[in-house]
Amino acid sequence: MEIKIPELSLVILMGAAGSGKSTFAKRLFLNTEVVSSDFCRALVSDDEDCQEANEDAFAVVHEIVRRRLKRGKFTVVDATNLHTQARDPLRALAKKYHFFPVVVALDVSEKTCKTQNEQRERQVAGSVIHRQVRDFKLALKSLKNEGFRLIFKVKENEMSAVKFTRQPLWNNKSHENGPFDIIGDVHGCIDELKTLLGNLGYTIEKNDNKYSVKAPNTRKAVFVGDLVDRGPDSCEVLRLVMDMVAANVAICVPGNHDAKLMRKLKGRNVQLKHGLAETIAQLEKETPQFRERVKEFIFSLVSHYILDNGNLVVAHAGLKENMQGRGSKAVRDFCLYGETTGETDEFGLPIRYNWASEYKGKAMVVYGHTPIPEAEWFNNTLNIDTGCVFGGKLTALRYPEKEIVCVEAAREYSKPIRPIGTGMVTKELTTQQQYDDLLNVEDYLHKQFIETSLRNVTIREGNAAAALEVMTRYALHPKWLIYLPATMSPCETSKDPQYLEHPLEAFDYYRQNNIERVICEEKHMGSRAVIVICKDKETVVKRFGIQEDRLGVCYTRSGRNFFEDEVLEKQFFSRLHAALCASNFWEKFSSNWVCLDCELMPWSVKAQLLLEDQYAAVATASRTATPHVLSALQLAQQRGIDTKNNIEKYQEREKLLEAYAEVYRGYCWPVKSVEDLRLAPFHILATEGCVHSDKDHLWHMQNIAEVCEHDQMLMATKWKTIAVNNEEDVAEGLKWWLDLTASGKEGMVVKPIDFVVHHGKKLLQPAVKCRGREYLRITYGPEYTLSENIVKLKNRALARKRNLALQEFSLGLESLQRFVDGKPLREVHQCVFGILALESEAVDPRL
Amino acid sequence: MLLTISTTRPCATDIGYLFHKHPDKFQTFDFPYGKIHVFYPEAREDKCTLAVLLDINPIDLIRGKKSFAQFALKQYVNDRPYVASSFMSAAISKVLSSAMNGRCEARPELVEEKIPLSVTIPVLPARGAGDLIRKIFAPLDYEIEVQGHLLDEKFPQWGDSDYFTTTLKKVTTLREFLTHLYVLIPVLDNEKHYWVGKSEIDKLLTKGGKWLEEHPERDLILNRYLKYQKNLYFEALENFTEEDIVEAEKGPDDLHTIRLQEVLKEAKKTSARSVVDLGCGEGRMLELLLQEKQFNNILGMDAAARVLQIAEKRLYFEDMAPKQRERISLIQGALTYNDTRIYGYDLALLVEVIEHLDESRLQTFERVLFEFAQPKIVIVTTPNSEYNKLYAKLKDGFRHNDHRFEWTRKEFQQWGEKIANNYQYAVRFKGIGEEHAELGSPGQMGVFTFKWK
Repeated sequence: MEIKIPELSLVILMGAAGSGKSTFAKRLFLNTEVVSSDFCRALVSDDEDCQEANEDAFAVVHEIVRRRLKRGKFTVVDATNLHTQARDPLRALAKKYHFFPVVVALDVSEKTCKTQNEQRERQVAGSVIHRQVRDFKLALKSLKNEGFRLIFKVKENEMSAVKFTRQPLWNNKSHENGPFDIIGDVHGCIDELKTLLGNLGYTIEKNDNKYSVKAPNTRKAVFVGDLVDRGPDSCEVLRLVMDMVAANVAICVPGNHDAKLMRKLKGRNVQLKHGLAETIAQLEKETPQFRERVKEFIFSLVSHYILDNGNLVVAHAGLKENMQGRGSKAVRDFCLYGETTGETDEFGLPIRYNWASEYKGKAMVVYGHTPIPEAEWFNNTLNIDTGCVFGGKLTALRYPEKEIVCVEAAREYSKPIRPIGTGMVTKELTTQQQYDDLLNVEDYLHKQFIETSLRNVTIREGNAAAALEVMTRYALHPKWLIYLPATMSPCETSKDPQYLEHPLEAFDYYRQNNIERVICEEKHMGSRAVIVICKDKETVVKRFGIQEDRLGVCYTRSGRNFFEDEVLEKQFFSRLHAALCASNFWEKFSSNWVCLDCELMPWSVKAQLLLEDQYAAVATASRTATPHVLSALQLAQQRGIDTKNNIEKYQEREKLLEAYAEVYRGYCWPVKSVEDLRLAPFHILATEGCVHSDKDHLWHMQNIAEVCEHDQMLMATKWKTIAVNNEEDVAEGLKWWLDLTASGKEGMVVKPIDFVVHHGKKLLQPAVKCRGREYLRITYGPEYTLSENIVKLKNRALARKRNLALQEFSLGLESLQRFVDGKPLREVHQCVFGILALESEAVDPRL
Repeated sequence: MLLTISTTRPCATDIGYLFHKHPDKFQTFDFPYGKIHVFYPEAREDKCTLAVLLDINPIDLIRGKKSFAQFALKQYVNDRPYVASSFMSAAISKVLSSAMNGRCEARPELVEEKIPLSVTIPVLPARGAGDLIRKIFAPLDYEIEVQGHLLDEKFPQWGDSDYFTTTLKKVTTLREFLTHLYVLIPVLDNEKHYWVGKSEIDKLLTKGGKWLEEHPERDLILNRYLKYQKNLYFEALENFTEEDIVEAEKGPDDLHTIRLQEVLKEAKKTSARSVVDLGCGEGRMLELLLQEKQFNNILGMDAAARVLQIAEKRLYFEDMAPKQRERISLIQGALTYNDTRIYGYDLALLVEVIEHLDESRLQTFERVLFEFAQPKIVIVTTPNSEYNKLYAKLKDGFRHNDHRFEWTRKEFQQWGEKIANNYQYAVRFKGIGEEHAELGSPGQMGVFTFKWK
């Protein structure tokens, strides 16, 4: 006996104790698919039979069922389920999650139940079984009334031969990967449809009143429904689409107008409004066979389709994430009519609720139903009903190209009751940009799992909490924050007793990971600055959706505006802008904006407080204290008390302190005007349409140098490439570093030539820093070079820092990619927020 | 870090008996983060000087005991090895405890003898204000010499440091002299290298006797010594006269207290049952709201998870009666993100919050609150910047270093009216605190009421 059920079913087993439900379930379903009341009773009470625990046990049963259905998992409930009160909550759950409730009733005689019961360890009283078998018979009669449609009765002697076949839902076309041309509401506009198909590369021939259509390459047309009503020739549209679907060059989902037409054709009593009368009149001229064919065709249409491995969903009125791929009346209704708020507008039409504003699904949803002036991306959804029949245009979306193709309507075939675009203000910002003005805290304030193209990243809840505070107190508008810089790990600790960091370890790291050539870039000592700058203010509005009087922003690694002085900021941007223009940057990159990763000097611009509270303070404290100590020690020495060792020690410290002071002083100078600033960009992160992590660092250095030529404020970074397997090269790299650090520079950053590198499957550090021996005094203290100190410091744990560096690097690139791809801000911000959250992770701040 | 104590008493070297340290020896003691050396640079009959040299290794501070973790941010670059701090107090207590406790079996008469004493502290940090050293020591009859230092002579524009080379002189017992140093050095420094708990009160009470009770800066000393922990402060106060407690309970008549009372008064005038305190901080407003039966649903929200924990403690969440506990909850949230958890409240309070938001983010905040959360009534307070003229210390700055702006009455009212207009509210304004004829009150308040169509 074969039982066919939909793959999204909630199977409710029904049968008396001893009817063999568990054995039956065990044979036919996965262990994990079966939720057993006995098991849940044991879970909450340690006793499978504890009837007093039923309330809690069934709460657990229902919760497990709920979670499984929510996740789209086929589920079987193994309980007696003999009473309406037991079945009702299960049926309600199935309905809520758009599953098919299926009852499998095991019709086993009282005698067999009792025999089987006696063979069990735990036995139920005979009277109970007697009663249950009686209840079973009553239940069979009431199932239909309760609303169950799929009821399978299995007789005692059939049980061992039962087989279940799970049928995929008709809406599941995940295996069809396109490419597709998705076409909006046609409403009988045959001419525009033919032109549009022609523009899309389809060839249409008509012989004997039958169309034969050839698609370009392997493309397929997808109709979002509403083929009929209002327009000049609904029949011809139907004929064309039906022939295309029959020839497998098109698929089609039904629209509300199509569905209503079918009801009319089936003889139901429907109002001939909203253009249906015209369609019926047109159909009158066709043959009965044609009318019959139309009826069958529309009847055969499936509410929506899941296409391209779940990446694309097509439904007439759109579809919420939790309904995608599910089948129920609620799903079908949503697909046809969408959602309404229950109110009506001044034209007496129901006010539609824009489900897309809450859409966060992974699948792109393309739909129609509500005519709008222009197709517009919104939260990964696209409405392509551009009101052709109302004199607008017929729109198609080429997928996966995301290209929009339109044909203007020849004329207004029908007058809309509500003018198209009513309630939409003529606006500078797109719907998406307006919506993105406000992000929702619920999207960030919990543990998060972020998929990036390089690796997946988990953000802990506590870190997210820390990030929220920083974001809200300091950061710029999230629309500007398309990237935050990743932390960078130092090279392994040097084995040389004189050094904590040394280039040999940096070269070693890459050599050991099969990287042959690296680039050494001078590491500037200023403050990290990310710059987003636009060609013009129009781009600020259009691309970034920001209405502020500025060309761009310069922000710190925590997303805070870099400049406090507005005049200085304006001058800074106009200088940078002029340099970009002078170097033909915009033309060269075909972009109206760029995001640059930079170091901004002097250090004292941003770090003044730190300098005063810590660096200079320590120097002045030490400088003041040490002469007093020396004089006390010397007086004691003169008295014949041996303090020689201590005197020498403090004299040495005095020298080290001065060396330390010289280091930080080298990174400070007063900034009176923009002339005193120095900006050293080192990555051209992204421009329109492109994240430049696919270019190597030589490309970045060269392209940046070309811009830097045009302004003194801009500093090209010194660099050098090293073949890490070549001893001479390595020696030269070492000398380069020694010279650099001797001249007071911080040190260098060693990167593989390529931006993103792997060793096998392992993602490698995109860069390691190697800081100079003198520079490190401001990190590890003036006296860190003393041998007793440096020995202690050599024990540094880098693993965590390195792991963070990779996670943040992955998030940074992902964030840029999402922005470049035009993703909703919520998705861009998720990455940026994640980086900030990771930055609150406790790692040794000196690394 | 060095400290030298001298006396010019006749037979000055006798002080060696009091110190329990032989003038001709160089002694070294172990200390958790380094060593303490004790020796005499001078030991003559007319003058005798004892030096306590505390040799702290900053690297051991970080890598050693965990208790130093609260300083971890200062890292290896750290002023602790060079300045007088709680480390010095700990060193005094370790190597000069007999002297400080007045024990001297060899020459017991010296203990009570008032002798001319002088201490030189090469680097005494006086965080906050330069004349603090005088304020603290002058009432105790010290002769005071203080010399300030530039932060960096190469960058004179950076100004002065918080460090002072200080000499203090007084004719008194060595016991009292050391006790003053022991208590007051960390007070001036305003840091402690260890966790300050209840035992700190005992220490303070044993060391600070009558002199502390009568000290005009007593509150400052208590607060700083106990690291501003209010509960410890009050507990310590109980050990002083009864009159003092009453005064302390009355609380200082500061602007913030007045402001909270004003907001509470307005809140009570409404018929609100549910109230959300946005930017509740450590929960002073919540504390007041809890006392009013009118409010049966009180929500506190703040961006900082840390202060919410403090608020929980301050409001005694754990010990609260269940019925009381049901009335209040705390959540972390930010005014720059839309948040359904704050929807539907009768009343929202924003007490000194908006001025902490960057002006460029104000618009987002306005939409979050007035367009989406849409409380029936909103009470906003913010400083009146006109009044700043009356604060001599402020110069051109803001009242708080995290303020992003401070508005005049006109600016606030223009903003308020814009909000009212855009989001369908009615608004009225009033001052907070005593009003100046020309400059208005120190604080200002706007009360917004939603207008149903």
